Amino acid sequence: MLEIALKGSKRYYGWIAFLLVLIAIGSMAYANQILHGLKVTGMSRDVSWGFYISQFTYLVGLAASGVMIVLPNYFHSYKSNKHMVIFGEFMAIAACIMCLLFIVVDIGQPTRMMNMIFHPTPNSILFWDMIVLNGYLFLNLLVGWTCLQADRANLPHPKWLKPFIYTSIIWAFSIHTVTAFLYQGLPGRHYWLTAILAARFLASAFCSGPAILLLVMMVTEKFTTFKMPKKALTTLVKIIAYAMCVNMFFFALEVFTAFYSNMPGHMHPLVYLFAGVHGHHELVGLMWTFIAFAAVSITLLVTPKFRNNMKLLPWTLGILVIATWIDKGLGLLIGGFNPTPFNTITPYWPSGNELLVSMMIYAIGALVVTVLFKIATGVKQEMGQSQAMACGCSTEDTCECTAECGCKE
Amino acid sequence: MKMHYGAPIIVGLVIFIGALCAPFVVGTAVTKTYKQPELKMPANEKECVESKEFMREKHMQLLNDWRDWALRDGKRTYTNHAGKEFTISLQNTCMKCHVSKADFCDKCHLDAGVSPYCWDCHVQPEGLK
Amino acid sequence: MKNNRRSFIKLAGIAAAGLALAPKAMASGGGAAPVKVNATAIHAAHWAMVVDTTKLNTAEGIEKLAHVCHAIHNVPTIPNKQNEKWLWGAPYDEAFPEQENPHLSESVHTREYPLLCNHCVNPPCVRVCPTKATYQRPDGIVAMDYHRCIGCRYCMAGCPYGSRSFNWGEPRDYLDLKKLNAEYPTRMRGVVEKCNFCVERLAIGKLPACVEASEGALIFGDLNDPDSDVRKVLRERFTIRRKPTAGTEPSVYYII
Repeated sequence: MLEIALKGSKRYYGWIAFLLVLIAIGSMAYANQILHGLKVTGMSRDVSWGFYISQFTYLVGLAASGVMIVLPNYFHSYKSNKHMVIFGEFMAIAACIMCLLFIVVDIGQPTRMMNMIFHPTPNSILFWDMIVLNGYLFLNLLVGWTCLQADRANLPHPKWLKPFIYTSIIWAFSIHTVTAFLYQGLPGRHYWLTAILAARFLASAFCSGPAILLLVMMVTEKFTTFKMPKKALTTLVKIIAYAMCVNMFFFALEVFTAFYSNMPGHMHPLVYLFAGVHGHHELVGLMWTFIAFAAVSITLLVTPKFRNNMKLLPWTLGILVIATWIDKGLGLLIGGFNPTPFNTITPYWPSGNELLVSMMIYAIGALVVTVLFKIATGVKQEMGQSQAMACGCSTEDTCECTAECGCKE
Repeated sequence: MKMHYGAPIIVGLVIFIGALCAPFVVGTAVTKTYKQPELKMPANEKECVESKEFMREKHMQLLNDWRDWALRDGKRTYTNHAGKEFTISLQNTCMKCHVSKADFCDKCHLDAGVSPYCWDCHVQPEGLK
Repeated sequence: MKNNRRSFIKLAGIAAAGLALAPKAMASGGGAAPVKVNATAIHAAHWAMVVDTTKLNTAEGIEKLAHVCHAIHNVPTIPNKQNEKWLWGAPYDEAFPEQENPHLSESVHTREYPLLCNHCVNPPCVRVCPTKATYQRPDGIVAMDYHRCIGCRYCMAGCPYGSRSFNWGEPRDYLDLKKLNAEYPTRMRGVVEKCNFCVERLAIGKLPACVEASEGALIFGDLNDPDSDVRKVLRERFTIRRKPTAGTEPSVYYII
């Protein structure tokens, strides 16, 4: 099926060339980091993980989120999702690759990476994270590719694949749980030391991940003949709405526990993030942006009128993605390291080099998504599945193109 | 059956196989003119930790084991095959006899094209500049 | 892999020993592994340190010890927040943030406290390390194998005491190469490092360098031996440890 990715319009090749240029620029920044060490980043003795690990954490959520399409399809026979499943799986592949790359660029001695395998250490959560991430990458490649190939040949999905599919659904939860365990088992980091962290990670993943997927799908619709089935889309938006509510509810639980108990260790990171301490207010603006954006996105998502407004939806999702990214990306990492073990504050902000390297990885992810989505939409087009109709509906939609269906506005 | 694009495929194959074999051809030529490097041996010491043959072939394994024994097991005295004892230390045992990294280690390592990372941390006897 | 290599060398050793007709070698090699602890080494079931902050409590006094430590271990002085330190000083509220009160005695409040790796009984850094580059020796010392460290810095996130330093850049850029201790290595870029309780000195019968230079303010000995100096002073004086709620059981005690 790879040949589908090779045949494309000028615009398709232009986009790929653009991504390759970004990757080239970013790889020069990475070469600089290899030559001079991680001192080219903004990280420090006190904030010893930064932008790379925060992006890794956020993207594990994106990888896990595909399950919100896959699970209803396989566990509940919610067949409206049938033609969306492949995109969830392919997005997970790209996300896993980005996660692994963010780990690789973060470590000080990348040439010794294989020590994790030569000296396997099951008491380290990082060891398990390596296993679950690589395993999830493998499962999605296997399942996604095999299913798409079967679809293309007009054959039913092979029976032997079933166990892999069910495993991959459970596995999706495990990758984000294990990633949360990386943080929540550390005795000195109060912002992370909370039993609900894994649950928070999953909630935030199941709203932000599908939101990103939907945004990418909307772009995909612009450039291909593919059209998301309306039912699948609206169901996913409802899932996003619930997950975001749960996410913010869990966050509120943290706030209650910290402040009602009045435990200094639990309060300090929140105070630093939202009010600033010792004259340091670096993140206050961002964190309140997170709260404001979260409130706006929830308002828009729970109100049917706004939720079903397809013009507004991309904005709603965009706001949600920004809110969750600030919370789980920057806030979580910096709040975990500040206040430091000495109750002091060491500000952190990513350096230009760090951002360029991150751009490289995001561009690689975008390239993987582009190629995989090109293949998937190509196959869907060949088979005439879930295609855009002149009225704006998908061929999977059973509507009569009346005023209610919303396709004519 | 007619072969499509026969000429370019065959030319490509020839170039590929040629490139694949080139190192062996060049290597054979170099081997004929290659001279073993001359190592500067310690002036006052005739016996190394182990026999010359053992050290030549297995010094890297020995160093690896020395590292693990000293660091992880806390055992820093090595008894060689002849029953003689040595303190396990690259800087304080090996390099006390082999007083120059450049005249000893580098000689073979450069020819063999290997760059062990010992000296990224360990301080070579001739000092650092 | 390691086992193969090790057993190979052992076999090679035994074979060669047999050929050389050296029964003595077999005896001294203790059979299989041809290694033993240095004859001059000093031993303990669990090493521990007691810091007498009534004697050692000024920034200058601690700086002097830190200088001794950093000089013999080739620890670079880096003048920014990517700095490295094995031993350093901090005021009470930074050293014991959970055990502060607003009406501390003035002397306790104004003292400077020496900080170093606590060589915890339950070290989180060892628990999280994905390669066993950080490990706990049987004598309680939390040691590091810089050869194996991949620089993931999970141990730095795990340590509740901020005792670990990462080599963000090339450490030799910040060392006076003329004044290196030629008997001890430096580190390379991209690995984590920390105080090692001077294992290399204990192995040749010397006490840790800071203890030796402290003029009695640092007491070092075997925590499991009721007659040791540390146990004696722990019996007689009131001591606290850093962050007791972290459950790490530090092996460094502070007389207040």
